[in-house]
Amino acid sequence: MTADIAVSHVSRSFGTHKVLDDVSLTVAPGELLALLGPSGSGKTTLLRLIAGLDQPDSGRITIGDIDASSRKPKERGVGFVFQHYALFRHMSVFENIAFPLRVRKAGKAEIRARVEELLRLIQLEALAERYPSQLSGGQRQRVALARALASQPRVLLLDEPFGALDAVVRRDLRRWLHHLHREMNITTIFVTHDQEEAFELADRVVIMQQGRISQQGTPMDIYRQPANIFVHEFLGESNRIACHVVDRKVLAEAGYFLGHTQGGDGAATAFVRPHQIAVRPSASGPWRIAQIASSGTHARLTLAWQEARLESGMTADALLAAGFAVGTQVDVAFTSGAVFRDGGAPSALQNKPGETSGSALDAGRTRLSVL
Amino acid sequence: MVRILLITAALLVMVLFLVLPLLTVFIQALSAGFGAYVAAIADPNVTAAIGLTLLIAAIAVPANLLFGIVASWCIARFRFPGRSVLLTLIDLPFSISPVVAGLLEVLLFGLNGLLGPFLAVHGVQIIFAIPGMVIATIFVTFPFVAREVIPLAQEQGNDEEEAAVTLGASGLQIFWRVSLPKIRWGLFYGVLLCNARAMGEFGAVSVVSGKVFGATDTLPLAVESLYESYEIQAAFAAASLLALLALATLVLKAALEWWHRGEIAASRPRTSARPQKAA
Repeated sequence: MTADIAVSHVSRSFGTHKVLDDVSLTVAPGELLALLGPSGSGKTTLLRLIAGLDQPDSGRITIGDIDASSRKPKERGVGFVFQHYALFRHMSVFENIAFPLRVRKAGKAEIRARVEELLRLIQLEALAERYPSQLSGGQRQRVALARALASQPRVLLLDEPFGALDAVVRRDLRRWLHHLHREMNITTIFVTHDQEEAFELADRVVIMQQGRISQQGTPMDIYRQPANIFVHEFLGESNRIACHVVDRKVLAEAGYFLGHTQGGDGAATAFVRPHQIAVRPSASGPWRIAQIASSGTHARLTLAWQEARLESGMTADALLAAGFAVGTQVDVAFTSGAVFRDGGAPSALQNKPGETSGSALDAGRTRLSVL
Repeated sequence: MVRILLITAALLVMVLFLVLPLLTVFIQALSAGFGAYVAAIADPNVTAAIGLTLLIAAIAVPANLLFGIVASWCIARFRFPGRSVLLTLIDLPFSISPVVAGLLEVLLFGLNGLLGPFLAVHGVQIIFAIPGMVIATIFVTFPFVAREVIPLAQEQGNDEEEAAVTLGASGLQIFWRVSLPKIRWGLFYGVLLCNARAMGEFGAVSVVSGKVFGATDTLPLAVESLYESYEIQAAFAAASLLALLALATLVLKAALEWWHRGEIAASRPRTSARPQKAA
């Protein structure tokens, strides 16, 4: 299967600032790809280069079989949806959607049929004569999408498609877009800084950092095996624990035992997400619940052992069932996690069933004697 | 109490400085009856002045319209050396006395001026002729369109043009279908103001016209000529035409604003994402 979009060794600088640094990427036909990264990581610039709104300093971009680097935007077969919609303010919804057909000199009947079909698709048939300023944010977004689809582009590019919308509209529109993509099966790239959005929608996620691709893969792969510390931290909250690996045992600097891992001895950083810490009530448990913060459906526990602190998460129901309160003594088990050494790929943190950090405090003492 | 006082004062000032003079113009113009009013306007010298005024406006307004569009397009879209200089230069005609502007033109194109001898050799007369009056009018009305359109174009930015590019529009299509329509109300106000000023301009045109009654007299100059030769009623009759022009401009503006109120509201920059009621 040939790639629908191929970006190879593309670089782009603005002044002395290198926004994209030797980026290569392929997108398969019908794929829904997310470009995920913090602001300033170059993801929007990459999208604009693919659309032809900007030219790369070096490298090649092909769309389908044609080398797009030298083609004008209109010859690329690309539909682009802007973050702030960029609807034509002096045109009605109907005329906005008809625009790409009018500039291609399509016939009147053909335009009417196509626009009406798209209006049905975005469920805004009743608002065809409205002006953009008379629409809500979500409606504008859908009009922008219909306009981008009107000329039947080969690929669809979306720049922060839900960035300017409130949470509820965002969620609805996200589901709708997912549904739409499955129905039309058009090759799509969308840019976002919201990892939840990227993971929920995309077949494949490309994580960018400072003009380079940090990692790409399916949401599950990336979540399970983040390539580096940046990706791991970007994907959500984590306990960052300075530690040592001694004889495949992972020991926190603070003195407690974390679990087992592969690889050689030395200094490392362990990352454990709040839900990867299992907490069990135990009168003899070395950890103490120092604080409980509830956000309705979920609760966050701050656990204390001597000077060490950990953040653990559980559902509010589980919290009630276990009867946890501030001051409860507990056992802590690290169900999984990632151990990073010197910026390389991580090794998994593992534990045998029933093994807790409390039960292995002896191991911590072992470490102290080793040092 | 304070409010009523302030409103009354404002109304009084308006009546004193706007309504009364306007009424006076028409009372004086019609003081010898409607027949004399028509006769004064039908005078060949006055009709010639009307014709010249219309001709000058017909050249100056489109020239400044074109300039306003080009300048706003460049300034809103590009960062180039001299951009801020251009922005300042556009305001220059506002800060220079029109009489000085006229004198500058005489110094440039007059017989003893910088380019005068060269023009004289080639038989081109600018000063004391219609070309000079057109140039003077263009200079004085230079900022009207540009000043309306440039802030609008800057505020609206370049997003819609970029969208048009991705939707397959050519440069020319983008200009006619996107760039021009989105600034058209700014253009329209600019043209109205520009036209009113072009027809009413006195100072600069007076310096370069030479005031040959019936040949290089515009309507404002004709009013002065008639007044100075003690033809008071005829002077006011000519002046009433200028007053009518001002009124017509106002009415036209108000009517078009009312007629296209929905579209004007739509062309304003979007400040909120709130849905609004249909107009």
